[in-house]
Amino acid sequence: MDGPVSHDSPDPDQRAAHDAHVAPNAKLGLGLFIVYLILYVGFMAIATYQHELFASTPFGGVNLAIFYGMGLIVSALVLALIYMTLCKPDR
Amino acid sequence: MHYERTTLTIAIFSFFVGAVLFLSFYLGAKAKSSKGYYAAHGEVGWFVNGIAFAGDYLSAASFLGICGLIAFYGYDGFLYSIGYLAGWIVALFVIAEPIKRLGKFTFADALDAQFHSRGIKLTAAISTLIVSIFYLIPQMVGAGALIKPLLGLESYWGVIIVGIAVILIVVTAGMVSTTWVQFIKGSLLIIFCTVLVVLILNRGLKVTAPTRPQTLVVKGDQKFVNDKLQTKDNDLQPVGHIRTLPRGQKSTGPLNPFSFLATIQDSVIETYSSKVTKAEGVTTTVYTPAPTPGASLLTPGGYFKDIKTGNWKGKLNFVSLMLALFCGTASLPHILIRYYTVKNPASARKSTIVGIAAIGFFYVLTLFMGLGAMTSGNLDPTDNNMSAPLLAKSFNPILFAIISAIAFTTVLGTVSGLIIAASGAVAHDLMSSFMKMKMDDHEKVKAGKIASVVVGVLAIILGIVFKGFNVSFLVGWAFAIAASANLPSLVMLLFWRGTTRQGITAAITVGLLSSLIWILLSADAYTNLYGSKSPAPMPFNQPGIVTIPLGFAVLIIVSLFTGESGRRRGFDVIPTASAAN
Repeated sequence: MDGPVSHDSPDPDQRAAHDAHVAPNAKLGLGLFIVYLILYVGFMAIATYQHELFASTPFGGVNLAIFYGMGLIVSALVLALIYMTLCKPDR
Repeated sequence: MHYERTTLTIAIFSFFVGAVLFLSFYLGAKAKSSKGYYAAHGEVGWFVNGIAFAGDYLSAASFLGICGLIAFYGYDGFLYSIGYLAGWIVALFVIAEPIKRLGKFTFADALDAQFHSRGIKLTAAISTLIVSIFYLIPQMVGAGALIKPLLGLESYWGVIIVGIAVILIVVTAGMVSTTWVQFIKGSLLIIFCTVLVVLILNRGLKVTAPTRPQTLVVKGDQKFVNDKLQTKDNDLQPVGHIRTLPRGQKSTGPLNPFSFLATIQDSVIETYSSKVTKAEGVTTTVYTPAPTPGASLLTPGGYFKDIKTGNWKGKLNFVSLMLALFCGTASLPHILIRYYTVKNPASARKSTIVGIAAIGFFYVLTLFMGLGAMTSGNLDPTDNNMSAPLLAKSFNPILFAIISAIAFTTVLGTVSGLIIAASGAVAHDLMSSFMKMKMDDHEKVKAGKIASVVVGVLAIILGIVFKGFNVSFLVGWAFAIAASANLPSLVMLLFWRGTTRQGITAAITVGLLSSLIWILLSADAYTNLYGSKSPAPMPFNQPGIVTIPLGFAVLIIVSLFTGESGRRRGFDVIPTASAAN
């Protein structure tokens, strides 16, 4: 299959490939991106407007700033693995 | 501070750098075609490419800069770790697979795949060049800063050595060699940083005697420490001590990651503030120790002080920086071109995930390395960039030499990728595509190699000229410019059918100019670039929160006005409702 896989391709096989594989993967990616964006914006909001919250120590003497920061790093990988698992394979 | 070179450090350094170069030449087959030179024939395995992503991305700013910021200011250095990694989410979920489908070799290819527009080729190529150069400068400056304590040479030698080594790597086999250098460097970085963190946790934390204020006076070529000439025996004392541990302990013994963080939380650490005064050609710096609660160091506000004050400009500056870091990764040309080295979109996806895992793990390590350096008693108060190597030195000189050599190859790996991206912009985008110079494949590779030499020499010159500059400051610039100039076009091209070639050209131009002008008129530039104390026109330093939305707005408005004349054949990542029906 030459050239970009496109919904407007003249080749019916290319259009079918695009609609069956590319579009669902892209929607999945966007959805997961929005989930992470919410987490990231939440972190920035607390740091900017409620930074005192970060000083609390909810578990094991480690503060929320570290838990949330580490959580963002770990959740990036978790979401990436979810994406890889749920993505439709290339045609 | 004085650093003595030893035969051991020179030998280990030479071995590591020499081995990396040898392996890259051996493993990298000579690339005769332009596909081989710019994209490693598109046959790099996804796992190798993923680790190469990490090797490409984890530059001197990540390794030396973040560890240094954490060591001196606490949690705020970790904010860079979080922001840098978050940018990969944009890369994976929004950019990775579509970009693989679009282009051949370069970022300009990707944008222009559906338009065949000279305006896009020109502006994208210029954007690639400017971002690459802004990213190159701090790497070269970092190499210069590293070479002096390691080998006892002046910093310009470090810049020259890196420049020559990278030109050799890039000219001999282009992306193939570069990929292997980045793979080897990424692997070494992660392995040895893991070893360092294990040693930190095993050593635990210990109370040490407090230090006194110190003074450094620089008068021409002479330096005076505490009013006496600086010598090996009269030098600045290393800093980074613990004043008190919880429950009156004097030492903790080995700790696990949680107890390490919890112990620092309840300790008092001796941090250092510095005050610089300049008068009649004499620069005086006073370093003053300040006992600081660990709880304060483990929350934001040590470096970005305005987070804790009510200053809205400072808060906006912080938000703007975090936005630039989030949006910048996916917009960096030397990262984008790595997507062309794998076979297919699925490999692009997998390699990004491997990259995220490796980079994420590394950034977790930076928190422990930074805090370990903060409490090692071995920090150089004049240079926070040396925190990670000096932390290694506090264990033994062999580890110091290894970590320093790895830091040096870190610069090699990143600079290689940048020069490949810049040479592609010149030879492929400008000469071949925009100027329509007729070149066969062999001539294109030759042009790319010549461009690599020119860009490499330029990097050496700039690295020497910008000696002493704040490295993190320059890297932040590169992210802000990349995000402002490149991201709006990339995203809208992929997700909006109404994008026109004029919209893309205008967005890149406006994003580039607005971010550059903002930066050049910011307080940081006035202080660090011009040495001026005049008030800067811009209200805060980081332009992203203004210039990134501006790029999107310009693209949308210009595209709406240019309508059918500038529209391309549809490439919808997600088909529109009407098209689907």
